[in-house]
Amino acid sequence: MSTNVFHRYANPTKFIGLASAIIPFAWGLTILLGGYGLYLGLFNSPADYQQGETVRIMYVHVPAAWMALGCYTTMAIASAIAIIWKHAVADLIAEETAVIGATFTVLCLVTGSLWGQPMWGTWWVWDARLTSMLVLLFLYLGFMALKNAFDDPQRGTQAARLIALVGWINVPIIKYSVEWWNTLHQPAAVARLDGPTIHPDMLTPLLLMGGAYMTLFTALLLVRVRSHIMERRARSIALALAEARGAGPDEDPAGLRDGATP
Amino acid sequence: MNTLLGVLARDLKLAIRQIGDATTVLVFFTIAVALFPFGLGPDPVLLKKIAPGILWVTALLAALLSLDRLFEADHADGTLEQLALSPAPLEAIVAVKALAHWLTTGLPLALMAPLLGILLGLTGEGSLELVLSLLIGTPTISLIGAVGAAVTLGARRSGVLVALLILPLTIPVLIFGVGAVDAAITALDVAPHLAFLGALLAGSLALTPWASAAALRLALR
Repeated sequence: MSTNVFHRYANPTKFIGLASAIIPFAWGLTILLGGYGLYLGLFNSPADYQQGETVRIMYVHVPAAWMALGCYTTMAIASAIAIIWKHAVADLIAEETAVIGATFTVLCLVTGSLWGQPMWGTWWVWDARLTSMLVLLFLYLGFMALKNAFDDPQRGTQAARLIALVGWINVPIIKYSVEWWNTLHQPAAVARLDGPTIHPDMLTPLLLMGGAYMTLFTALLLVRVRSHIMERRARSIALALAEARGAGPDEDPAGLRDGATP
Repeated sequence: MNTLLGVLARDLKLAIRQIGDATTVLVFFTIAVALFPFGLGPDPVLLKKIAPGILWVTALLAALLSLDRLFEADHADGTLEQLALSPAPLEAIVAVKALAHWLTTGLPLALMAPLLGILLGLTGEGSLELVLSLLIGTPTISLIGAVGAAVTLGARRSGVLVALLILPLTIPVLIFGVGAVDAAITALDVAPHLAFLGALLAGSLALTPWASAAALRLALR
């Protein structure tokens, strides 16, 4: 990406233009990929020889796990961009990605729990992957809590950027130490050096759903960032109006505003 | 270098003058450990089995309690700004302050842990490893805790917030710390766990001062 293009979209107005152009496509792709993926996954793919029909939860569960991790990376990269280039939109992207990422993490934990009940006979086990997902959720919550903990929103944004990066360095360390600690979950079946160990009839809907989740994320993110920018503008317009109205002495008979009394 | 030694001496002197702060942490450690037998029942077999976990988790929480001492008072009376203006890099000052924090919390906690271990039936094998793992592990907690204390400087409800930010990041320390003691009790090799704790310490020593110093600069702006 050339710096020129990169900096052009630091301008919120230009970013809104770009986002508005992409959003319909993102929604369209989500419906197409998700619709076809869900059809294949729920009706037109084989049941697992061991797990039976419950394996279909996978098409909702696994992409949610991918996105939960992907969103954290997106958030950390956006935070790094915000620190390095003072990119105005990057902060908004990090903030809104955290919300969406935390939602994907919850979705992953809930669907995993629903899948675990019939398969492992329990809603929750302290298995490495489940535990690292739970920790990931805590990291998202910490980021969001820190962001909102300051009276000066700018200060919260800056502190949250740092904690996003600190967390990002820690994610792999936490993941591997937790894995060392305990594992029961089936090993990764798609992204392996020796090729996927999952049957193509199941892989196709899974990848379609992965694509659908990604376009869904894009659509949600752009909509949220766009409305965040608009909300901020609306607030500053309202503030300006209130100040303009309050400027006249007869508009403020009670003398509530400082220095309004002549 | 003189500046750094001065900061260390000052922080230690302050800790000694306000010795109550440091002893409160130890008292908390003792009371919290003593609560577990009430919650779980006085069965010595069970208590001995979970003693390493109880001691480590409680020590972690005790160290967390004292993090607000690290920067808050200095921030409130302006000392922090003077430190930031001093010729020594702020990163080094942060590392020294974390060292002072460890000397006044982590070190006493580590030395006290085997005594509380006796209360839970953890005697003989495991006691030495408990001290060792706490000695190597608690500096990492002080360093990571310094990041948490620095980013939350000036925040509302910063105490709860520090816990939310820091506890997930300290999970690896907890895993290998408890792992070392468990390995000693079951007569397995302790060295890998201690080596991992050492690696975590080396990593956080190299990385966290940068994050803490950056966060302090934000607070001082």
